[in-house]
Amino acid sequence: MSPRRDVFPHRLDLQHGCVELSHGGGGRAMAQLIEELFLAAFDNAWLRAQDDGARLMVPPGRLTMATDSHVVSPLFFPGGDIGCLSVHGTINDVAMAGARPLYLAATFILEEGFPLADLKRIVDSMAHAARHAGVPIVTGDTKVVERGKGDGVFITTTGVGLIPEGVEIAARQAQPGDAILLSGSLGDHGMAVMAQRENLRFDASIESDTAALHELVAAMVAAVPGIHCLRDPTRGGLGCALNEIAQQAGVGMQLREAAIPVHEPVRALCEFLGLDPLYVANEGKLLAICPAEFADTLLAVMHGHSLGREAAIIGEVVADPHCFVEMATVFGGRRLVDWLSGEQLPRIC
Amino acid sequence: MKYLDEFRDGQLARGLAARICQETDSTRHYALMEFCGGHTHAICRYGIEDLLPGNVRLIHGPGCPVCVLPSGRLQAAIDLAEQERVILCGYGDLLRVPGARGDTLLKAKARGADVRMVYSVDDALDAACTHPNQQVVFFAIGFETTTPPTAVAIQQARRERLGNFSVYCNHVLTPPALRALLAAPLPSPPRRQGVAQIKGQIDGFIGPAHVSTIIGSQPYEFVATDYQRPLVIAGFEPLDVLQAILMLIRQINANEAHVDNEYTRAVSPEGNRKAQRLMDEVFTIRSSFEWRGLGELPGSALAIRPAFADWDAERRFTIPEIPAIDHKACVCAEVLRGITRPEECKVFATACTPDHPLGACMVSAEGACAAHYHYGRFRQAAAS
Amino acid sequence: MCLAIPAQVIEMKDNEHAVVDMGGVRKQISTALLDEIAVGDYVIVHVGYALNRLDPDEAEETLRLFAELAATTEAL
Repeated sequence: MSPRRDVFPHRLDLQHGCVELSHGGGGRAMAQLIEELFLAAFDNAWLRAQDDGARLMVPPGRLTMATDSHVVSPLFFPGGDIGCLSVHGTINDVAMAGARPLYLAATFILEEGFPLADLKRIVDSMAHAARHAGVPIVTGDTKVVERGKGDGVFITTTGVGLIPEGVEIAARQAQPGDAILLSGSLGDHGMAVMAQRENLRFDASIESDTAALHELVAAMVAAVPGIHCLRDPTRGGLGCALNEIAQQAGVGMQLREAAIPVHEPVRALCEFLGLDPLYVANEGKLLAICPAEFADTLLAVMHGHSLGREAAIIGEVVADPHCFVEMATVFGGRRLVDWLSGEQLPRIC
Repeated sequence: MKYLDEFRDGQLARGLAARICQETDSTRHYALMEFCGGHTHAICRYGIEDLLPGNVRLIHGPGCPVCVLPSGRLQAAIDLAEQERVILCGYGDLLRVPGARGDTLLKAKARGADVRMVYSVDDALDAACTHPNQQVVFFAIGFETTTPPTAVAIQQARRERLGNFSVYCNHVLTPPALRALLAAPLPSPPRRQGVAQIKGQIDGFIGPAHVSTIIGSQPYEFVATDYQRPLVIAGFEPLDVLQAILMLIRQINANEAHVDNEYTRAVSPEGNRKAQRLMDEVFTIRSSFEWRGLGELPGSALAIRPAFADWDAERRFTIPEIPAIDHKACVCAEVLRGITRPEECKVFATACTPDHPLGACMVSAEGACAAHYHYGRFRQAAAS
Repeated sequence: MCLAIPAQVIEMKDNEHAVVDMGGVRKQISTALLDEIAVGDYVIVHVGYALNRLDPDEAEETLRLFAELAATTEAL
């Protein structure tokens, strides 16, 4: 998209410039920011039309819509940034209904003074993630708040997807006897971000696992249309995700700790800080609950995909009026996997 | 992870557990207390009690410095952060604990107080260097494991003449707490002798792992000589705990009582003399200190010596004594002594939960009630 | 209380600081509580301080004892 010199005689200084209040003011400055930064990166027919809202063709069938706000700090972390995280996160929410993601919307709340170079890095990362996933960002919005009233940038993404015919994936479908599968190692995202926190200063070669899971899901649903439930264990980790499902479905769960993959540096950093990997955030993993007779088939399909190489069957759904999630520990005893109320904090005791 | 994974081996666990089953005398009960909250956490998190025979019961002791911190002193720290506008640095464990008025450090942070979580006291020193125009107070808690680092930091502050750094000292001592548990009279005479377990009786102690790396095994001798109970220092890993249980059972069976050390890879009889010397240089023993759930214990806590008064937050700021009374339904005093189990408390898991703790045992993740709530309450549900 | 983990010293920074490694995670810690630490030693780390050295011989001996107890129990 070539710059329109008549309307914007001076290009944005994307290297040294900063976000200013006028960039959210609805006037020429905002139009320039949108054109030279957002449209340049996301570039597609809907955005080029420059309508206020995108006009979309939607195939017949059931739609699912999901929305997510992203406030991660720091904005850039090993393996990703707030940009690609926001794209993957909403694609994954849509995919957890078994749906094929169709379109994304993205809104930005920018803090006055935020470096344009950082914003460009984030936006380019979003564009790359969206293109790689094959899901266009078709509309969006930008606002600017005064310095001190935002954490650099907040991003909200909304996505719509099409649910295939005959697919009924929801937490309440989980039934006693079902198998519980996990697509890969736990805790990579949460610990990658934690290691960067200012006060902690650990040198850990841990990268976020942020990834779009929709193609893995498509393969899984094609092979086993009778999957009962899918969930991505983001904030609160596997522990909270499974407890939510158990409560919604009115069931209990029995897990096997030895079957749950956790990479060594993640385990080690958790040991240093007294954290339980079961509650650490993941951004590129999913849980699947399916009838036991399909578990092996589903596992094989997951292993065949790059995002499911370490997939494992980690337990089963049982009847339990208390809806407890229990686990057989590596040591041979049993423990509850409780539903934590808030985020874990590092401890010294 | 070297020296961790090997001590969590499930197969070795089965072997040790089988040996414990073989060697226990089925005609008697064994009530063993693990003093240290870290052991409580390991026991619950690995489900160690599932591997023990039914006549071996583990009682979760008061060795959790967050749990026993009086809520009045926590409230004083919250007030310090808000009223004196200091940068208050503390370990993560403290942030959600309610103070005397139900407030927390996190809530104070939300209201604008500068409360910072640190991994090490050194991070608080760094904050003082980075913000020379602001007062930085380090909220020091912990037993003898955590005390030497605070001593080193205070000495460093003196060397560097850091005028804006001070410590709010709440360090406590292990042997006096053990003595208080052993010396406390039992609440009521036992109805039956013989097979019946005498409530509140502790037959032996699993001694703390990392406190012992500092103080050594010698300070526990009084447990055996004065109170005729065996004490075995155990490492932190579940195999260590099982082995220590076996060693205690053997002593109890043989009617012996001496201090033994399972954690030989890190604990010596004399401990870390350099760390002890540093602690002694900086701290003096308070005549008395209140422990939440245990009451006033003489000689059980540390204060900063006058020589280091310039780094003592209690001298730099006016920190009032804030009284705090526990809820009338709270029976933590009995839980901490093993007289009552967490699930026997009327308010356990109802009015008293980790989100709304009423007493010491629920306040931190390794308190007896919190650990049971978080890891073990499914057992009562299954039984009912 | 006292969450502490065994880590290996991989670099001495100065008299009172070293870098340790545990499971691939590295951290600079204080060695002010110990004398004569060397690269390759294992130490117990708590709140960013090395509390004591871990004796590898004693560790092996303890593990050997566990294995022996487990083996003899099976045999009985």
